[in-house]
Amino acid sequence: MASVTSTDSGNRDTASRFEHLDRFHGGLVLPSLHEMSTSLPIREAGIPPLLVIPLLQHIGETAECLVKAGEHVHKGQIIAAPRGKVSVPVHASSSGTVVAVEEHPFPHPSGLSFPSVIIETDGRDEWDERSYTLPDYRQLSRVRLLDHIRAAGIVGLGGAGFPTQVKLSRDSDDRIELLVINGVECEPYISCDNMLLRERTRELIEGVRILQHILQPRDCVIAVEADMREAEAALRAAVSTAADSSINVISVPARYPSGGERQLIKLLTGREVPSQGFPSDMGIICLNVGTSAAVYRAIVRSHPLVSRIVTVTGGGVKQPCNLEVLIGTPFSYAVEVSGGYKDDVDRLLMGGPMMGFAVSTDEVPVIKATNCILAVTREEMPPPEAPLPCIRCGKCTEVCPAELLPQQLYWYARSENLDAAQDYSLFDCIECGCCAYVCPSHIPLVQYYRHAKTEVWNNEKQRQASDIARERHQAHQERLERIKRERAERLARKKQAISGKDGARKDAKQAAIQAALDRVKKKKELEGITRRNVDNLTAEQADKIREVDSRRQHKPPPGEH
Amino acid sequence: MKFNTYSSPHLPVAEGVAIMMQKVMLALIPGTACAVWLFGWGVLINILLAAVTALAAEALVLKLRRRRVAVSLLDGSALLTAVLLALALPPLTPWWIPVVGTLFAIVVAKQLYGGLGYNPFNPAMAGYVVLLISFPLELTQWSAPGNYPGLLDTLALAFTDAARTGVDLDALSTATPMDTIKTRLGLNETLGEIHSTVLFGYVGGRAWEWVNLGFLLGGLWLLQARVIQWQIPAGMLGGLSAMAAVFYLFNPDSYTSPAFHLFSGAAMLGAFFIATDPVSASTTPRGRLIYGAGIGILTYLIRTWGGYPDGVAFAVLLMNMAAPTIDHYTRPRVFGQP
Repeated sequence: MASVTSTDSGNRDTASRFEHLDRFHGGLVLPSLHEMSTSLPIREAGIPPLLVIPLLQHIGETAECLVKAGEHVHKGQIIAAPRGKVSVPVHASSSGTVVAVEEHPFPHPSGLSFPSVIIETDGRDEWDERSYTLPDYRQLSRVRLLDHIRAAGIVGLGGAGFPTQVKLSRDSDDRIELLVINGVECEPYISCDNMLLRERTRELIEGVRILQHILQPRDCVIAVEADMREAEAALRAAVSTAADSSINVISVPARYPSGGERQLIKLLTGREVPSQGFPSDMGIICLNVGTSAAVYRAIVRSHPLVSRIVTVTGGGVKQPCNLEVLIGTPFSYAVEVSGGYKDDVDRLLMGGPMMGFAVSTDEVPVIKATNCILAVTREEMPPPEAPLPCIRCGKCTEVCPAELLPQQLYWYARSENLDAAQDYSLFDCIECGCCAYVCPSHIPLVQYYRHAKTEVWNNEKQRQASDIARERHQAHQERLERIKRERAERLARKKQAISGKDGARKDAKQAAIQAALDRVKKKKELEGITRRNVDNLTAEQADKIREVDSRRQHKPPPGEH
Repeated sequence: MKFNTYSSPHLPVAEGVAIMMQKVMLALIPGTACAVWLFGWGVLINILLAAVTALAAEALVLKLRRRRVAVSLLDGSALLTAVLLALALPPLTPWWIPVVGTLFAIVVAKQLYGGLGYNPFNPAMAGYVVLLISFPLELTQWSAPGNYPGLLDTLALAFTDAARTGVDLDALSTATPMDTIKTRLGLNETLGEIHSTVLFGYVGGRAWEWVNLGFLLGGLWLLQARVIQWQIPAGMLGGLSAMAAVFYLFNPDSYTSPAFHLFSGAAMLGAFFIATDPVSASTTPRGRLIYGAGIGILTYLIRTWGGYPDGVAFAVLLMNMAAPTIDHYTRPRVFGQP
């Protein structure tokens, strides 16, 4: 009886714990513009003639290509194997023939190309027969489920694209306090999570249950934005019909960037993720709703991540909508399915208007992190105005959700004073763009911060490289010295050994000499005069000596003149 | 298909510097209107002279510095400096006073330091202080409230030698209430006696309280329009009234009331329009409160014991000097940091 009561109150606590939301500093109220692309249901985009599948679609290491040109591949077949811990396999998104493995334009702010597998599709969309089927996930161990999530190529679908199994695996046995399923789409235009919540509620909830099974969190929250009413209603209905009420649906105010992981956690719990730390440091795991649905498809339907929902929208698209797009589908194809471009299209973005980036060509493929293809006109987003000097108005400080001093950071980034920029917490900047949005001088602040960060990273890399070089040089020097020292020691030892033998002989000799000298001395003392070489003299020599001796006796010694 | 690429964020950005400056000038209208109504045409003539000088000086220096002239002139910052300086000047002052002051403000205090965004001192106040120190007599020529010469006479006073106009300047000009208090307190009169003179109104100096009220209204609108932030005005008015309250409670015969201080001299103009010049002020939220409070306290000190009747200009310049240090010590706690 007591235990039942405690469970009940536990649930009530959970619900009430999230009833009063906290706030985060700054942020912006932006136009939603979701409704532009939510009038049509999610459609399949279909199979493009060519798929361009980059070997790296997430933070971490590039996968190792397993296929060659000319090879036939099936849908879901692994075409590149993971390398290292932070890496996932890459799958063919449809069946067809590999025509090339080469560099291809890649959706990245740098505009660079990246090694990609290019598949000419056959239109049959045949699944790989080797695809696995799993028993009920409740009977599987955590480790096996994580292996399957990795094998399915699942990465975070919210934008950053961090491999999901890395996020879910834990080193410590500390209990996970809170699992946050993030459906807060705070950037204008983007509605793919919104539509997923509305149309695939069951899939999402099942995915959440699998995640709950893996993580065993104390609490679980699905967060949506206040203006996503239909999605919230669908979620509440699905959760309330479920047997247990362990999932809370929470609606957060529509204030950009409330969908940012750190901001959302602050809203829900009132706690701040430590600077340079991760939510997992606080026992919190935050995953995107799309990721949760992908986990469901991987574990229950045995489908690897070969497609995702993409919002194709903006004033430059004839029929804005949400599409289920195969990974590797060129942007151009997705836009064509959405009715094509309008004549006055000017800019093409991947992601939202605040944090997304402009791509120079629509040949780039949809990757796992592509949540939105945004084609806009000049009227919607006019080219940036020429920047004026900073007038230190401090509006940037007012809106900064990381509570930085963006304007001070700007001065330091601009003058390449990287130490000072880091002292002003450059790396706590989440690049949300709020500061640049409100800047009356139209300074592209985020660009300055990105540049400064890149400079710091480059310096760090160079420092590491030079550290390694220095260490190597030191090791080399030490080795040389050691060899020299050892050689010298060997030599010294040898010398000592030799001189040891010599010494004994010398001593004997000296002793003999000394003895002889002593004998002579004694003799001299006895004779008074010492004569040398006077033995064995010839008669002649003896006469000469005698003569000299007699002369000496008669002559004074020299010097006495 | 090829597209243009730009850096994020991509949404059309918020209103620019020019719009901000325009809003500030719009907010000056109620106070300025009150000043014209009570002190006469001289206020407008000063504004006009300062504005023309500012635009010409700014254009000339920008040309010498080989910068884009049109962009900088259109940002409205030079014009605003001119208007703020002109509003601080007495209405019956000769024409060259606003001209010299504005020249110093724009050429020396602003452009020689690098132009908009780089000046460490508030240009309008730098210009005003130069005039105050160099030409103390000309800066006392305030017309008596409600009793000012007509447009032509004012023009004549501004552009020709006062003696030749036939207008008696001495008869027209009068000491400001703050001047009077300073002089009479020096003569050992009590405030009760001083307040009975014609110079005083409901709470502040006569006429001056209406001008201050006008600037207060404009300032509140600026706050509401989020052109300025609350910290500096709150700090300054808070600092000023706190100091005034302490001394007023201690000896109401020798020290004027907080209300008098808030509604006399350049208190409201200073709090909402001058101290809030972002370029030369502190930039951190806490720093701005301290910066504002510093100006308020210094204003009180100079008004009460200094050699000049009002102290806003000196207080602002002194706190300008302290702004970088204040910023350094008032960095906000970063999200997620202890």
